[in-house]
Amino acid sequence: MSQPSMSEALRGVVRRDLLLAMRHRSDVAMSVFFVVIVASLFPLGVGPEQAVLRMIASGVLWVTALLACLLSLGRLFTADYLDGVLEQTLLIPQPLAVLVVGKVFAHWVISGLPVVLLSPLLGLQFGLSGDSLWVLTLSLLLGTPTLSMLGAIGAALTLGLRGSGLLVALLVLPLFVPVLIFGAGAVTSSLAGIGSEANLSLLGACFLLSLAFAPWATAVALRIALE
Amino acid sequence: MFQTVALSGSRGERLLFSDVSVTVKPGTLLAVVGENGSGKTSFLRMLCGLLSPDGGAILWQGEDIRQLKELYTAQLTYVGHLNGIKDELTPVENLKLSACLAGDKSSGAIVQKALEAVGLGRSVHRLPTRVLSQGQKRHVALARLWLSTRPLWLLDEPFASLDTAATSYLTQRLQAHLSNGGMVVIATHQEIALPTDSIQHLRLAR
Repeated sequence: MSQPSMSEALRGVVRRDLLLAMRHRSDVAMSVFFVVIVASLFPLGVGPEQAVLRMIASGVLWVTALLACLLSLGRLFTADYLDGVLEQTLLIPQPLAVLVVGKVFAHWVISGLPVVLLSPLLGLQFGLSGDSLWVLTLSLLLGTPTLSMLGAIGAALTLGLRGSGLLVALLVLPLFVPVLIFGAGAVTSSLAGIGSEANLSLLGACFLLSLAFAPWATAVALRIALE
Repeated sequence: MFQTVALSGSRGERLLFSDVSVTVKPGTLLAVVGENGSGKTSFLRMLCGLLSPDGGAILWQGEDIRQLKELYTAQLTYVGHLNGIKDELTPVENLKLSACLAGDKSSGAIVQKALEAVGLGRSVHRLPTRVLSQGQKRHVALARLWLSTRPLWLLDEPFASLDTAATSYLTQRLQAHLSNGGMVVIATHQEIALPTDSIQHLRLAR
């Protein structure tokens, strides 16, 4: 009997979720439009004062990215739970935490990566330029995978519950706080000219820490949800 | 050999079954029968390791499945009450992905042959599963059995919503699996047209 290797199973999980996203292109487009629209509302509301916009840019864009992640968390496990695919995933003879990493990675590609790619454009809208624009993109690139990873814990814990959307927000938003502080802080410090390395290193540390613990916690929560 | 020892299970406050001890030897089938709500699905999910028992143990080759973990899940194929297929993907894609994840052969030709073996014509292979009927979706889920080389099959109501042709294909497939020394645990309401010496019944009473 042939056993799939761990990387093969991981690739299979990612491939399935990306294939499904290709069939649901409108879902992906929706989260992109959400980010663009929310980020565009602030200049309209606050006024076109360049100094003010530059000051709030990092905070606004980071909160937008955070909300976009939150909105798409509902899709992470719910469909799989309802059609029985999750049940079969639990029976794949590989550590569940590894398969969770695959699912989270696919989720990030669908919901996080577009935000990262759009961020230079959105940054320009807020009058960021040069170095700080680059730092914004880098901070989102480091931070959004962490958001997906932490979000997965919340999504797994609230799986199958009524009104889980709001509950996920309550569970997960406090966990997002350090990522938000370091991410927005990196851009602010780069604007102030004091260098963003410290904040970016801390974001990297957050990512590694969540990579070590979040998949495992998510796996435990999924097993409980399916009991 | 597959064994349950004094297994008991409950859902919420309600005790479903207790002190169930059965042994499934290679080449035999265990038919779990009982009324609706008697705990057949819970029993099967427990055998998969998806549900933990209230008491007792489940042994695979004499070892507790809670210790074996992935070594045990590598031995079984489970077709549950839910089909475990994606509505947006075609039957071929569904079967390819689930076979690939399970570590079975998953080339296009093999997958198409499996779908034909269960009675799903080529005309629907490239349609999204969403447009298929309930019975056809069940075919897609069951086609995994034609690819599975695992010794233990756990099937929850596999005959439900199948037509007579598909029922006989599935029975033949079960027969082939048993004669290869495989083991089957099946929850069903129907009589299975297999030699009676290879079948034992377990009745779960409410």
